[in-house]
Amino acid sequence: MSGQPFRLVSGGLVDRRQSLRFRFDGQDYEGFAGDTLASALLANGVRLVGRSFKYHRPRGILTAGPEEPNALVELRSGARREPNTKATTVELYDGLEAASQNRWPSLAVDLLSLNGLLSPLFVAGFYYKTFMWPAKAWEALYEPLIRRAAGLGRASGEADPDAYEKSHAFCDVLVIGGGRSGLAAALAAAREGKRVIVADEDTRLGGRALTRPGDADALAAMLVELAANPRVTLMPRTSVFGVYDGGVYGALEKVSDHLPEPAPFTPRQRLWKVIAHESVLAAGALERPIPFADNDRPGVMLAGAVATYLHRFGVVPGRRAVVYTSTDEGWQLAADLYAAGVTIEAIVDPRGAVAEAVQAGVVASGARRLIGARVVRALGGRALRGARVVDAHGQTVTLRCDLLAVSGGWTPNLALTHHHGGKPRWDEVLQSFLPGAPPPGMRVVGRAAGEGLAPLVDLPAPPAKGKSFIDFQHDVTAADIRLAEREGYRSVEHVKRYTTLGMATDQGRTANLNGLMVLAEARGAAIPDVGLTMARPPYAPVAIGALAGPHRGRDFRPTRLPAAHGWAVRQGAVFVEAGQWLRAQYFPRAGETDWLTTVSREVTTVRSSVGLCDVSTLGKIDVQGADAAAFLERVYINGWASLAVGRARYGVMLREDGFVMDDGTTARLAADHFILTTTTANAARVFQHLEYCHQVLWPTLDVQLASVTDQWAQFAVAGPRSRETLARLVDAPFDLANEAFPYMGAAELTIGGGLPARLFRISFSGELAYELAVPARYGEAVAAAIMAAGADFGICPYGTEALGVMRIEKGHAAGAELSGQTTATDLGLGRMLSKTKDFIGRRMAERPALTDPARPRLVGLRPLDPAARLRAGAHLVALADPADAAHDAGYVTSVAFSPSLGQWIGLGLLAGGPDRLGERVRAVDPVRGGPELLLEVCAPCFVDPEGVRLRV
Amino acid sequence: MGYSAFSLLKNALTGHRHWRPAWRDAAPQAQYDVVIVGGGGHGLATAYYLARVYGVRRVAVVEKGWIGSGYAGRNTTIIRSNYLLPGNIPFYELSMQLWEGLEQELNYNAMVSQRGVLNLYHSDAQRDAYARRGNAMRLHGVDAELLDRAAVKRMLPYLDFDNARFPIQGGLLQRRGGTARHDAVVWGYARAADRLGVDIIQNCEVTGIRSEQGRVVGIETTRGFIGAAKVGLAVAGNSSRLAAMAGLRLPIESHVLQAFVSEGVKPLIDTVVTFGAGHFYISQSDKGGLVFGGDIDGYNSYAQRGNLPVIEDVCEGGMALMPMIGRLRLLRHWGGIMDMSMDGSPIIDRAPVDGLYLNAGWCYGGFKATPGSGLSFAHLLATDTPHETATAFRLDRFGRGAVIDEKGQGAHPNLH
Repeated sequence: MSGQPFRLVSGGLVDRRQSLRFRFDGQDYEGFAGDTLASALLANGVRLVGRSFKYHRPRGILTAGPEEPNALVELRSGARREPNTKATTVELYDGLEAASQNRWPSLAVDLLSLNGLLSPLFVAGFYYKTFMWPAKAWEALYEPLIRRAAGLGRASGEADPDAYEKSHAFCDVLVIGGGRSGLAAALAAAREGKRVIVADEDTRLGGRALTRPGDADALAAMLVELAANPRVTLMPRTSVFGVYDGGVYGALEKVSDHLPEPAPFTPRQRLWKVIAHESVLAAGALERPIPFADNDRPGVMLAGAVATYLHRFGVVPGRRAVVYTSTDEGWQLAADLYAAGVTIEAIVDPRGAVAEAVQAGVVASGARRLIGARVVRALGGRALRGARVVDAHGQTVTLRCDLLAVSGGWTPNLALTHHHGGKPRWDEVLQSFLPGAPPPGMRVVGRAAGEGLAPLVDLPAPPAKGKSFIDFQHDVTAADIRLAEREGYRSVEHVKRYTTLGMATDQGRTANLNGLMVLAEARGAAIPDVGLTMARPPYAPVAIGALAGPHRGRDFRPTRLPAAHGWAVRQGAVFVEAGQWLRAQYFPRAGETDWLTTVSREVTTVRSSVGLCDVSTLGKIDVQGADAAAFLERVYINGWASLAVGRARYGVMLREDGFVMDDGTTARLAADHFILTTTTANAARVFQHLEYCHQVLWPTLDVQLASVTDQWAQFAVAGPRSRETLARLVDAPFDLANEAFPYMGAAELTIGGGLPARLFRISFSGELAYELAVPARYGEAVAAAIMAAGADFGICPYGTEALGVMRIEKGHAAGAELSGQTTATDLGLGRMLSKTKDFIGRRMAERPALTDPARPRLVGLRPLDPAARLRAGAHLVALADPADAAHDAGYVTSVAFSPSLGQWIGLGLLAGGPDRLGERVRAVDPVRGGPELLLEVCAPCFVDPEGVRLRV
Repeated sequence: MGYSAFSLLKNALTGHRHWRPAWRDAAPQAQYDVVIVGGGGHGLATAYYLARVYGVRRVAVVEKGWIGSGYAGRNTTIIRSNYLLPGNIPFYELSMQLWEGLEQELNYNAMVSQRGVLNLYHSDAQRDAYARRGNAMRLHGVDAELLDRAAVKRMLPYLDFDNARFPIQGGLLQRRGGTARHDAVVWGYARAADRLGVDIIQNCEVTGIRSEQGRVVGIETTRGFIGAAKVGLAVAGNSSRLAAMAGLRLPIESHVLQAFVSEGVKPLIDTVVTFGAGHFYISQSDKGGLVFGGDIDGYNSYAQRGNLPVIEDVCEGGMALMPMIGRLRLLRHWGGIMDMSMDGSPIIDRAPVDGLYLNAGWCYGGFKATPGSGLSFAHLLATDTPHETATAFRLDRFGRGAVIDEKGQGAHPNLH
């Protein structure tokens, strides 16, 4: 097909030299640069573009903008398919592909339109009254059918291949809407030297002026001045979708949607967070349809949209028009259409009288002028054939037409003024809602403020018979609204929810006011007493991908790598996520086929010789100041004042509610200087807690806190040969001998000939062990140096798994035990609770439920069958008790295969646990279907319970 | 008139002119046995069970706006009973069982859809925690299945299995969980309660709680004083404000939780899925919209709106989990106000003032609890003793330390 039969030979803002090919429902067409998909379809005479949601009624294009309810298409194909795309907002590009949606098998023959025959049943809310029997049939039968019939377009089902960006912008004045009023406001602000951003959802600035011959030229001078001003940023294709607290505006820039696909390294869309001192809302006005029976026939179009297609795109949407208008503007449109060669069958105006001067413009067209008349029904099926009109004398007149331009007048576009809950106010003169209490800092100008709008006139009520659509997309008719009211859904919000009025993708822009009119009439109330539903953000639908920006896939969250990550990679480590960190989990060697072999070898090496583990991810907090020790006294349950310089101590912190928050080892490097460590998982939380304590609770304490987790690389060197290994690294005269640097010693020293380092003689594994900390940039080198130093002892690197095995063998509480639900006493640390000082959580920890001896408390668990594998998460039940909720005595927190014992072991929280050592209990694991295991309850420390090895 | 296919057909023949209002728009009477403040799901359910189960005759529900205008109509419609702690599991399971027969009992299709709730795990530690939870559920007779990665992939092949920052390892599935149409739950309870004689009084805001000799005798409202032998508060989101009228300070903060819905699409997501490496949960409504949410905004608020940081965070979680939703568009987002309690669990208890009863602190678990909460609160109001499944939800538990802290976050309401 060629020729664009409905395109005028001249006029409009399209570029007739740039022809663009596109395809709709498999058919090839041509349009021009500057077209929307909708204008190009109309230029080619395509009227039928979609099917409605419920009844699958044939639908055409109603509007020329984002308020479009009908012309929804699936744009693009494959992974880029975008369902529910409004053809009226799609910029035409060469090679565009679109398809109609929600129809089967084709747009012209849609078998689901049989739903229309059932429409007497399918009234508002019918589904609340039926589909209840039998109960099971809902999921099995009714719901799948309903779901398949519902929905609109089809999602691609594939990962979105495009990229999105996020940006911030700052300005004094954000102008929302680049029409005449917006540009004037922008110019005024710019001339005062303010930083101005003008955002408009359209392809080009100009607003309504683009639809009125000559007006666009008048704006040209303003645009030139604005463009030349370096403090002004003009942002077409950018829709401000939300007003948030603190002067933050969300905006979506369509960077590449007018292209077949984004250029390399260019996002599809960009999310802007605009922080503006003030904003000017110049969002214009929306045209109100006039409801009548079958007012959805393709060819029924809003008059303003007809004017837009005519003047902006040089397209006439029909050959023979009836204009049904309650405004003088509609009469002008008739004259313009006539001038463009369209036959004007009639002008129907429900008003009682129309000024002669207004009528004069259409005399030449010879159109019938039916004043005081109303359209009662549109005729036709898949295309409009005519209109039935009742004239001022009550006579029915049938008119022939293929275009019915409708206008019930214009009302301010208020959506953004609702975003902070501000209610609109009713204006008696304009008979319209005007901005009431816009968000702080927002000023409303132009037609959005009601300026220049003609007062709305009372429209004829939709006829009782036939389907007068109020919400086109959701097939909500006047009868549905009346029914809802009859059934007691009288609040406008109830009507919305019961009928789905205004909940479609056009957010009810063409529906809300007429819905209100019908409801007010049914309730016998005035429109302002019925009230308006509040528009919710976003103003225009926003792609979820744009709101996520680049944070998806591997970039969902930052990946934190310890300083020696590269070293671990070279050692062949398998990595595991630990919060945002990537940690070495284990280091398989050639010939090792399963992780358990590897981990057991690592454990055995540490316990018999020496191993190296990167523990840099543990939180490190530098605590300095004259009151540093006093500060620690208050945050830890145990004492710190007495800790000597050069010594470290294990500490436990409680939350304010008395439960354990975290634990770790803290060393005193000087009288006023501590280095505090946290678990990897709680590093941020502990730091936040300490800052809160310092800044809010005890601001007078002389103490400073700094997180130095990233500044230091830290390695555990553990095992009986660890001293000998480190001896090859530390610089003289530092003495590693047990007497000189005993268990829990801490020192600042140099290694490798002058590199500053810190050494702590602490142990998680239970072996003679040290942790060596060096500035992070030396992490890789020092890891390699430790490996070299231990090479002839057979040193091996070990990962988090071996670390976990050894701590379970030693009965140290870690993540699964530090669940936020355990007390110090639960974890066997009750003796650390100081009785001589106050500390955070102390009083709350004394509450009766926290000190109940029957609480689940930490124990060791050993399966009686040494070959049995215990699993964490299994629950514990006494031998004689049934496995049910009433007899649930606790659960297994952590398990490991202990190479030292040659069997699986575990830690658990068992009711009254420490009083039950030696007892046998059962582990039940129904959710994994494993067999019940018989366990012996034992002390949580399985290896070297006296701690001899630590102190050698 | 009862609702059925038959009655629908019959009314279709007469142009649907004969339907009666689903509930009367009642005017307040001078005195009731029980007045429930709050016409949300919990308040209406309470009134229904008071009349239906406990035979209390004169019951009123007062609502400051239109029924269902609070969080009842602002949530993400998920129902489930996949709880961890003994204080919670029996209660939510009672609720689940009531959901299962609700529509037949109320004669109102609330679209209760047991399409399954799948919580994903992404680490060994999370798997073990879900095993602990799943086992606790099973010991309580609640259905739970622990799926491995392959099983999740079979079920939801569109999740990001290949390129994820936090690879999916499996999930905890409760098949009986699912969704229900939130507004219909409100309307269904309202209609059923109304038929039992309950007065539903809309546009009636409580301005004070009147006491005489230390006992509550009624409420002051914008429509005058309403006398009541017992007053029950079911106004989550505003519990602190209402309780303050009786001189009480509750261990509750009000926070805003946002919810999101996309444009409608053909069936895409068949179950409720929650992301374990961020806070994101999603399902698809029968109408086709993707309904999703995430964390609360984190600051105290009575404004029914949220802000961009959480909107972005939620969408990031969505894209990390299922990158196929990138080109689908967010249609609306909104905020609801909820009671965040100090341990993340609710309060159903007598207030320390005679004649006043509390149903509060639902955090963001209120919707799924609606039937159970209604029945338990009705039980308490009628008998002055806690319902057997709700014995843990006492107000004094914070003083005793008997907290029900599912997440182990402590007294940080913004973290529950």
